[in-house]
Amino acid sequence: MSDLVTVTPAAAELIRSLREQHGPLMFHQSGGCCDGSAPMCYPAGEFRTGSSDIRLAALAVGGVPEPVEFWISRAQWDLWQHTKLTIDVVPGRGSGFSLEAPEGLRFLIRSTLARRDHE
Amino acid sequence: MTRYDAPTHWQSRYDHFIGGEYVKPHGGRYFENPTPVTGQPFCEVARGTAEDVERAIDAAHGAAGAWGRTSAADRALVLNRVADRMQEHLQALAIAETWENGKPIRETLAADIPLAIDHFRYFAGVIRAQEGSLAEIDDDTVAYHFHEPLGVVGQIIPWNFPLLMATWKLAPALAAGNAVVLKPAEQTPASIHYLLSLVADLLPPGVVNVVNGFGVEAGRPLASSPRVAKVAFTGETTTGRLIMQYASENIKPVTLELGGKSPNIFFDDVSTAPDDFRDKALEGFTMFALNQGEVCTCPSRALIQQGHYADFLAAAVERTREIRPGHPLDSATMVGAQASNDQLEKILSYLDIGRQEGARVLTGGARAELGGELSGGYYVEPTIFEGSNSMRVFQEEIFGPVVSVTSFADLDDAVKIANDTLYGLGAGIWTRDINTAYRAGRAIQAGRVWTNCYHAYPAHAAFGGYKQSGIGRENHKMMLDHYQQTKNLLVSYAPKKLGFF
Repeated sequence: MSDLVTVTPAAAELIRSLREQHGPLMFHQSGGCCDGSAPMCYPAGEFRTGSSDIRLAALAVGGVPEPVEFWISRAQWDLWQHTKLTIDVVPGRGSGFSLEAPEGLRFLIRSTLARRDHE
Repeated sequence: MTRYDAPTHWQSRYDHFIGGEYVKPHGGRYFENPTPVTGQPFCEVARGTAEDVERAIDAAHGAAGAWGRTSAADRALVLNRVADRMQEHLQALAIAETWENGKPIRETLAADIPLAIDHFRYFAGVIRAQEGSLAEIDDDTVAYHFHEPLGVVGQIIPWNFPLLMATWKLAPALAAGNAVVLKPAEQTPASIHYLLSLVADLLPPGVVNVVNGFGVEAGRPLASSPRVAKVAFTGETTTGRLIMQYASENIKPVTLELGGKSPNIFFDDVSTAPDDFRDKALEGFTMFALNQGEVCTCPSRALIQQGHYADFLAAAVERTREIRPGHPLDSATMVGAQASNDQLEKILSYLDIGRQEGARVLTGGARAELGGELSGGYYVEPTIFEGSNSMRVFQEEIFGPVVSVTSFADLDDAVKIANDTLYGLGAGIWTRDINTAYRAGRAIQAGRVWTNCYHAYPAHAAFGGYKQSGIGRENHKMMLDHYQQTKNLLVSYAPKKLGFF
């Protein structure tokens, strides 16, 4: 399922930098208010996934020795599954406990239609 | 029209407020705080770390015992004095909040700050009226129930209503006799310090401690500390789950407010007459632009019944086009700046995905270029999408001035669409028929159903979520329960032994 999630070059560079500082990483896609809909980046294992989650991808990022897992809750994926996700990065303050916030950068999900089956 | 001057009362730098005084960050680092009005930094703020959080928790523990034993009358007096001081400086607080967050001054003057003042007064009142209870178990046995404070609590505040959300959490916690360690959002860390400059002398040292910083560096150590008795958080679902995970390690309670995708439902009978009520309903529709849509209960899904769909929607589009964007400190401005650049970018990404999914843009749909000094700020055109409820713009909280509109056939259809969401925080119902209003209101899975109104947040009306929108009810005396322990003294007045041994 790895083609469900891709990474822009700018996001890959930030992932490499965070990997050097914090060790192996993971993402969990958020929902809800404030910084909802933003992908949260944590040290691998910091966020405990469970049966309510689905692993969308194990991202191969150049310069990062291990795959970076990307998770989302199953209920949210049910609503997102007609789209493909691209992890990008923009200048920002960030929030939540995502690792990149102190860098003055924020991961951002960009979406494209995978198929038009919602009608 | 009044154009207020940009605030000049900021300090160039804010440290942590710990134990009643300002303390430099352990790591010696600061971060710049820009105003979303222009995108330019206006102060530096301490970049807190675990050491700073520990110091604040120490100070809170030092103060919690005495504060928790203070009489309810004395605690209420402190809250009332805080409210009085805020009332005296209402305009300055409103200007500070607008500069910090980007919201229009007419909202901070009429809503944010007056609501915060009233919130302190409300909890000053309810703590005086709160009573324990007793139960007469039998003729010789009485169970006494006392309310006791939890001790030291952690609070993580969002950036959409920096002062009001801090107040929603501080007022009940302080009324109940707790000491607080509070972390403001890193997007809006400064206005709470302006408030502290006005009220710090009213608070015993250590009762309120503010540690600034980023979530990962300051929020995480606070949320995962075994030395806080409870964590309160407003934000999004992944962080909410993470905070629950930390709390599970320490077996501590949490309250969470995690947002929604609130339906605003307009039944056919709204349009039976072109009167004040229909005009009010059109204003209710347009409430999606209040606070630039950065409200957990933003009425971001409008469901319009088929019989008046075309006419009502046309009038709603017209009303939305009358929304006046502009400088947030201009009293005529109706929609100001989004709170941060990443928020702006996220909203723009949803305008893109909405179009890709085939939603029709009826008005707006782009970044607003306001020119001049505002050209570096974060402005979005109020936007109406028309589409179907399965689209992502109908299912995710965009947190911008964006509403997605669809139609429904009858009450059952309206309830079905309204409840077809992961969330359940707010909802709106507009009808002249009390039976429809009652049946729809009870059937919608949401903690707050505004009926023939929207976006009212009076103290004494419980606010909180069903489903993935969170745990707990703020804005009401029942929030005291979330900041108190129950102590039961089970007392026997029988002089004779049981006879077992």
